[in-house]
Amino acid sequence: MSTYEAHGTYTPTSGIGKWVDARMPLPRMMYDSFVAYPVPRNLNYAYTFGGILSFMLISQILTGVVLAMHYVASTGLAFTSVENIMRDVNHGWLLRYMHSNGASFFFVAVYLHMFRGMYYGSYKAPRELLWILGCIIYLLMMATGFMGYVLPWGQMSFWGATVITGFFTAFPVVGQPIQELLLGGYAVGDPTLNRFFSLHYLLPFMIAGVVILHVWALHVTGQTNPTGIEVKSKTDTVAFTPYATIKDAFAMMVFFVVFAYFVFYLPNYLGHPDNYIEANPLVTPAHIVPEWYFLPFYAMLRAITFNVGPIDSKLGGVLVMFGSIALLFIMPWLDTSKVRSAVYRPWYKLFFWIFVANAIFLGWLGSKPAEGVYTMMAQIATLYYFVFFLIILPVLGLIETPRRLPNSITEAVLERNRKSGAQQVASGTAASPETRG
Amino acid sequence: MSEETITADETTRRDFIYVATGMLGVVGAAGLAWPFIDQMRPDAAVRAAGQPVDIDISSIEPGAAIIVTWRGKPYFVRRLTEAEIGAVTELPESDLKDPAPAEPRIGGPADEATKDWVVVAANCTHLGCIPKVVDTGADGWNCPCHGSVFDFTGRILRGPAPINLPQPPHVFADASTLTIGTDTV
Repeated sequence: MSTYEAHGTYTPTSGIGKWVDARMPLPRMMYDSFVAYPVPRNLNYAYTFGGILSFMLISQILTGVVLAMHYVASTGLAFTSVENIMRDVNHGWLLRYMHSNGASFFFVAVYLHMFRGMYYGSYKAPRELLWILGCIIYLLMMATGFMGYVLPWGQMSFWGATVITGFFTAFPVVGQPIQELLLGGYAVGDPTLNRFFSLHYLLPFMIAGVVILHVWALHVTGQTNPTGIEVKSKTDTVAFTPYATIKDAFAMMVFFVVFAYFVFYLPNYLGHPDNYIEANPLVTPAHIVPEWYFLPFYAMLRAITFNVGPIDSKLGGVLVMFGSIALLFIMPWLDTSKVRSAVYRPWYKLFFWIFVANAIFLGWLGSKPAEGVYTMMAQIATLYYFVFFLIILPVLGLIETPRRLPNSITEAVLERNRKSGAQQVASGTAASPETRG
Repeated sequence: MSEETITADETTRRDFIYVATGMLGVVGAAGLAWPFIDQMRPDAAVRAAGQPVDIDISSIEPGAAIIVTWRGKPYFVRRLTEAEIGAVTELPESDLKDPAPAEPRIGGPADEATKDWVVVAANCTHLGCIPKVVDTGADGWNCPCHGSVFDFTGRILRGPAPINLPQPPHVFADASTLTIGTDTV
């Protein structure tokens, strides 16, 4: 990818700039990565979530660090200290609502980011490692989110921790010792809360580390784009700054407006009222649900109510849940199609949108009680999730006839401009800005 | 020394120090890894809190159930009515997911004529929620989390739980005292 390596255009002008550049060329690296860096000229708003996610991570770390100054990780004091943050600490309510809703919006952005990757085939060669690094970030986010939800020490915190660490008891022989190792006791208690706090503080910095690798890998292969065709010439790209910078910044502001609306007007909409009841090891809430962003996996866990040979229903559920995430890691090798973008794959496009609807449906089922018709619907939806990865992706690549691909990004863009230009003459409306090269 | 020539496959003093340094490093790292893992296991205070506990059961009437804790985990102590004992003994064992006879799961103080006590873990064997006591009806407990249903002795009837509610080591020390955590008086 010589086009991406050849952009050493940074020329320091000031004396200090030259002095630094000769000793540690960090400004040069930033310039080459975020100013002169060429991006495909046809990136749409689906490509703005990477930037949004970086800012959500920074926001979570900043609010988290200050919340940790007021939080006490002890079973007797944790719940009170969180109430103290809400009522007594100056602006504590704002910082906590930013942090708790920030976690939700972090996941909103990451799911849109992942669906974008699936739709435009961003996981395909040569970007497999980029995709896997993203999957690792997603796993770390899930671990961080789960442990963070335990810290307020409400009823959902306690019982969520009990249920999720209970997954490990599904494994024969080693299960029980592993659970005791995780909990530091025979049940969720003080040692559990303390280590979760420690790890909840650590993991975001590990995420930041993997994000650096993720961006590094991205800048080696370059972005994909809605056509899925690789960059071939200089006319296929524009400079990151100002083109991608302003697009990312605009999308970020729109995203933050929605985020702010939740923080100020619906701060508890995405939470659960049971978590405002202090943890009680002797009473289980009538209906345990995890945070919304885990609901699809929770639905799949509960869908397995039958034994399969030597695998009992409990181990089966846990394997299905872990398996559903493991499939993401091997997705680059499950998809046999040579064409990246769903734009040129009519059947894949259909199955992709069914997959999205199915994932949302699973999320809805996860919030419902595990009984009767819900269990059966969850089983069907779980089946589709696995069929999509294990049957549709490999088989479709072999039998599907893709639409004709344009020769280059430039050709695709000009083609689109020509069409919208013709429409413009016909209808007399202004051209939409996104189609302007 | 400078005049000697050393061929590539000849063992040198540098090879020795290379292997020796590597071995010491690996053994040292492995030895140090253990304390970092071991510190996460239940500590001495948590283990000491696992001593047997005595529970006064003199005020529990047939049909009632209480929850007690041992090692930070909850346990049901339930006194069955005659009808409930009848219901569990009539259940055909072969119909159960985790077949086990009902009688050994029902105990009581040595000097009592009818054995009507059930002591079982109060964490569902699925993922650890506390099942609710069913006061009237054919079932003993149902779990609000994932829908497992148990009979009056804690045997799994239906739902995702794979096995019966386990019984902790326990003994009826005298007519009014139940000890959980040991099976010898």
